[in-house]
Amino acid sequence: MATRHDTAAPPVKEGGAAPGRPPAGADTERAMKKRARLSRRWQRDMRWSPYAFVSPFFLLFLAFGLFPLLYTGWASLHQVELTAPTDMSWVGLRNYTRIFDDDFFWNAAKNTLTIGIISTVPQLLMAMGLAHILNYKLRGSTFYRVVMLAPYATSIAAASLVFVLLFGRDYGMINWALNAVGIDHVDWQNGKWPSQIAVSSIIVWRWTGYNALIYLAAMQAIPQDLYESAALDGASRWRQFLHVTLPSLRPTILFTVVVSTIGASQVFGEPLLFDANKGASGGSQHQFQTLGLYLYEQGWINQHLGRASAIAWTMFLILIVIGVVNYVISRRLRASS
Amino acid sequence: MTTTLTKPPADAVPEPPKRSRGMKAARAGGQLHAGPVAYVILALFTVISLFPLVWTAIAASRDNQRLAQTPPPFWFGSGLFDKLEVAWTDANLGEAFLNTTLVAGISSFTIVFLSTIAGFAFAKLRFKGRGAAMLVVIGTMMVPPQLSIIPLYMMVAKLDWTDQLQAVIFPSLVSAFGVFFMRQYLIQALPDEIIEAARVDGASSWRVVWHVVFPTARPAMAVLGMLMFVQTWNDFLWPFLVLTQTGNPTVQVAVAGLGRGYTPDQSLIMAGALLGTLPLLIVFAIFGKQIVGGIMQGAVKG
Repeated sequence: MATRHDTAAPPVKEGGAAPGRPPAGADTERAMKKRARLSRRWQRDMRWSPYAFVSPFFLLFLAFGLFPLLYTGWASLHQVELTAPTDMSWVGLRNYTRIFDDDFFWNAAKNTLTIGIISTVPQLLMAMGLAHILNYKLRGSTFYRVVMLAPYATSIAAASLVFVLLFGRDYGMINWALNAVGIDHVDWQNGKWPSQIAVSSIIVWRWTGYNALIYLAAMQAIPQDLYESAALDGASRWRQFLHVTLPSLRPTILFTVVVSTIGASQVFGEPLLFDANKGASGGSQHQFQTLGLYLYEQGWINQHLGRASAIAWTMFLILIVIGVVNYVISRRLRASS
Repeated sequence: MTTTLTKPPADAVPEPPKRSRGMKAARAGGQLHAGPVAYVILALFTVISLFPLVWTAIAASRDNQRLAQTPPPFWFGSGLFDKLEVAWTDANLGEAFLNTTLVAGISSFTIVFLSTIAGFAFAKLRFKGRGAAMLVVIGTMMVPPQLSIIPLYMMVAKLDWTDQLQAVIFPSLVSAFGVFFMRQYLIQALPDEIIEAARVDGASSWRVVWHVVFPTARPAMAVLGMLMFVQTWNDFLWPFLVLTQTGNPTVQVAVAGLGRGYTPDQSLIMAGALLGTLPLLIVFAIFGKQIVGGIMQGAVKG
C-alpha cells in the first residue's frame, strides 16, 4: 500500500516536529513517530469508519424515507394538484376537515378495518396452527415449508388476477364448488361481504405460510426442558401449548400482529385488481375500497395531492394509535401473568 | 441426535402408573412425531398453496370459451405455449422482464452491500449515537410506504423521471429491514476476537469488512439478496404509480395492465400472471431451503 511507503520513507525535518522531547537515539525516535502516526491514523479509522459504514444508508434514507415522510405532512396542509405539484397554497387543516366530512373516506376506513380483521385474524390463527404442526418431527418438513412459501413468491398482481377468475360469478371455480355442495351462486364482486371476503382471501393465501415460518422459528427457540418439566407435571399437549408455547411466543405474536396491521392498513393492489375496470373506486358501490385505494383515487384520479397527503397522514396516525393500544394490551398481559 | 437419549437407564425411570404422550416425548428427550392428522392438514395446505398457481397454468392453456363454461377446466389444454408466447411478445412482457430484472438486480445488490456494512457497524463497532440510530432504523420498519409516495412522486415528476426505471430504482435502494437483518446475523456469527485479531495485525476497518465481515456474512447476504429480489420483483404500488404500461413497465405493472378492458382475454391474463411468477417459483424451487432458513433466522430475536 502506498501509505506504508510514506511511513517507511525518511522523515523530513525530523527534529522540529517534537521540540520538547528529550534527545534520544534517532532510531527510537523514528520508531516512536511512526507508531504515533500509525496510531493517529488508527484512531481516526476507529473513530470515523462506523459513520462511513452507516452513512450511505442514512443518506439514502433521508432522501427517500424521512424527507418524504415529513413532506407529506407539510403537503397535507396545502392545496396541491397533481397537474402542478410545485404550486402549493396554504389551507391549514382544511384537507383534514374535508376528508373527515367525506362519506367515502369513512366508507374506506370501515372497509380497511373489516378487510384487515378478516384477513389478519384467520391468517395468524392458521399460521399458528401450521407452525405447531411443523414443529413436530415430520417427514419432508423442508418440503412443506418451501411449499407454504410459494404464495409469498407470487406477486399481488398475479395472485389477484387468478383469484378474480376463481371467484368469478358465473364460471368461477369457487361458485362451482359451492354449487356442488348445494350453495347458491355468490356474487363475489358485487356483494359487500362476499367481495371483502374474496379480497381478504388473497391476502390470507399469500401470507399465512410466511407467518407460519416466523412462528415456527420462535417455537424452535423455546427450550425443550420447559416442555419436559410441564410434561412431568402431567400437562397434556394442549395445556403445554397453552402454558408453555403461547407465553413464550408472546413477543413474536405481537410482532406479527404489528406487521400484519401495518400491511392491512395499506392494502392496495388486491382491491384495485379485484375489479380492474372499476379501478380506484373499489367495486361498483365502493364496497371494497380501502384507504390505500381512496388515497390513490384522491391523489391520482382526482389529482388532489394535498388531500391525498392528508389521507396518508391520517392512516399514519391511526397506525400509531393502534400501536399504542397494542403496547398497552401487551403490557397488561405481561403484568397479569 | 436423540439416539443417546432414547434409552434411559432402566433404574432411573420407575414405571409410572399413567403416562401421557407428552411425558413419553419428554423421556425421549426429543420432539413428538406428527400423527396422521398432521399430515392430512399439511397435505390440505399444500393443495391450497399450490392450486391457484397450477390453475393459472391450466387456465393459460385453455381458450376463453372453455374458461367461460362450467365446470371450469381441471386439466391442461394444448394452448399453453402459444399463449405464453403471445403474452411474451404482444403484451410486451419480454421488455418488462428486462426492466424488472434490472430494477430488482440493482436494488437487491445495493441493499445487500449497504445493509452489510451498516449492519456490521451496528453489530460490532462502537460509535456515538449508535443506539439512537438503530432505533430510527427499527422505527422506519413500522412506517407505511404510502406516507412517502406523494412527495416521492413530486420528486420524480420534477426530475422528469416519470416512466423511467430510475424512478423505481432510487427509492428502493435502502431497506431498514436489511440493516436489521444483517445486524442480527453478524452479532452472533462474527466473534469479536476475529475482528480484534485482524486489528492487531494492523488491518484498517475497510480491510476488516472486506476480509472478515463479507466472508462471514456471505450466507446471510445471499438470503437477504434473494428476499430483496423477491420483494422488488413483486413490488406493485410504486412502480404502478410512476411507470405506465406503455412506457417502461415492470412485470407487475404489465401483468396488471392485462386485466383492463371490458372483454379481457382471460387466458392471456393467466399466461401473463404465470410468466410474472415463474422466475421466482424457480428460484424458490432451487433455493427454497435457504430462503426458508433466512426468513426464520430473521424472525428470531426480533
